[in-house]
Amino acid sequence: MTDAPLIIGIGNPHRGDDGVGAAVVAGLIEKGIEAIAFDGDGMELMVLWEGQSHVIIIDATQSGVQAGTIQRFNAHEVVLPTNLFRHSTHQFGVAEAVEMARVLGELPRRLELIGVEGAVFSLGQGLSAHVKKSVATVVKSFD
Amino acid sequence: MAKSTSRKIKVDALSRVEGEGALDLHIQNGEIKDLKFRIFEPPRFFEALLEGRDFSEAPDITSRICGICPIAYQMSASQAMEDALGVQVTGPLRDLRRLIYAGEWIESHVLHAAMLHAPDFLGLDDAMQIAKANPELVKKALRLKKIGNDILDVVGGRAVHPVNLKVGGFFKAPMVERMSELIEPLKWAVDTARELALVFGGFDFPDFDYDYTCVSLRHPDEYAIHEGRIISNRGLDIAVSEFTDHFGEEHVAHSNALHGVSPGGPYLVGPIARYNNNFDQLSPLAQETAKESGLGKVVTNPFKSIVVRMIETLYACEEALRIVQAYQRPDASCVEIKSGKGTGYGCTEAPRGICYHSYSLNKKGLITSANIVPPTAQNQKQIEMDLRGVVEKSLNLDDESLKWRCEQTIRNYDPCISCATHFLNLRIKRD
Repeated sequence: MTDAPLIIGIGNPHRGDDGVGAAVVAGLIEKGIEAIAFDGDGMELMVLWEGQSHVIIIDATQSGVQAGTIQRFNAHEVVLPTNLFRHSTHQFGVAEAVEMARVLGELPRRLELIGVEGAVFSLGQGLSAHVKKSVATVVKSFD
Repeated sequence: MAKSTSRKIKVDALSRVEGEGALDLHIQNGEIKDLKFRIFEPPRFFEALLEGRDFSEAPDITSRICGICPIAYQMSASQAMEDALGVQVTGPLRDLRRLIYAGEWIESHVLHAAMLHAPDFLGLDDAMQIAKANPELVKKALRLKKIGNDILDVVGGRAVHPVNLKVGGFFKAPMVERMSELIEPLKWAVDTARELALVFGGFDFPDFDYDYTCVSLRHPDEYAIHEGRIISNRGLDIAVSEFTDHFGEEHVAHSNALHGVSPGGPYLVGPIARYNNNFDQLSPLAQETAKESGLGKVVTNPFKSIVVRMIETLYACEEALRIVQAYQRPDASCVEIKSGKGTGYGCTEAPRGICYHSYSLNKKGLITSANIVPPTAQNQKQIEMDLRGVVEKSLNLDDESLKWRCEQTIRNYDPCISCATHFLNLRIKRD
């Protein structure tokens, strides 16, 4: 049993900068750091982090700041605006899942969120240049 | 009463960049002047991605189309490949497939009904408000949903996005001990699904009915989930391989997505279509609960889909329990398959409705063409028809309420927007 955090990268690798979470996960795995990529409904996060005391989530944001901007949040310190991370009217996004867990008293003891601002989210696109750079920065921060 | 004034409203549920779906509604002098619903679908991106890949890769690649219902894609793709290569998956392996599919129905239906759709009926903005108002109900729903995930974990090797499925069956058959651990939770799940169905049955439903053309699978021996012929309540009864002879996709100017069309016009797939076509095959408890929840044998009010989802959840829990209790570990976890040339067809009942796949393979077993028709694409035209009917009956609502009613109407379909698009904008113009 180790204290290693559960690292989850969120997003669809086929949709441009939405793939930032998966790209970070790939970078971490290359360095031998365990991490999982996930592109399902946000509510599944509560399933994934059940029983974990330290969780780190990486996802694309669309908050209107410069593409590639990295924002870090401690879920216990801030209430996440629901429109920060990408989501739809039908699915739960990361922010909804975090807030739901908070209401139900089921947040992991430590929950950190790393958002990388995306610019392009079209199907079949790769990561944009700014986001690519930020992927390297985020991956390096785990050293 | 319709208003004679002109109104112009712009409602952006989410203002987003490219790849967004939208509802544009234009009301003039109290009448609908224009109503367009569009969900952008991947423009054949995945089908192109599949070309040249080995037949065995299709389940995994296509399951990336939808992070919410991966089993539906994995299973339809596997079936199509098995059809192309002349093998059949039967006996205990077939049961395991039905079990994991039941797990997907449970987690998908409960998530949608309890967390996303129920707030509409309770006058709450979102699930967070239900969680605050009634945390016990939400915890119960989440526990029920989690049992669906547990089935995915035991049979599929992972609680989300299972990895144990393949063409021909499974990489590894689950151990009896792990399956047995599902028995007690599933007994609880049957009771809880029934309880939620009764609660949801007590909601007030907007007054709207539609004489749907219901299209679903039908199997001679069971409520169809992962196998059957394609039938409709208008007398259609065809093999899966005949799907494209009867259903096409109409490319409409206002949408990148292809609206599903049949010669008879728009049609409905999903829980209500299945329920209406196959009610006689539901379990006695599911039938009885449907009746107690206020459902007839045929449902024509799309808002009642929330109740139908819980009836199907109840049935899925019963089926899962039956399969788990009878489980004996099979000797082989999959059927032996030789790759080769062929064309095959697969169709299963995704939580949102029939999910059709067809593939052609060359003699090396590489994919030369792929055709995938997700349920939400098929429902799109019908959603637009429902919106038209609902808006006509709701013109007296103020803009915010009308927007809400439209969203609720769209949510009746649990539209798998991630299959089709990422976002949905609602715009209402009145002038």
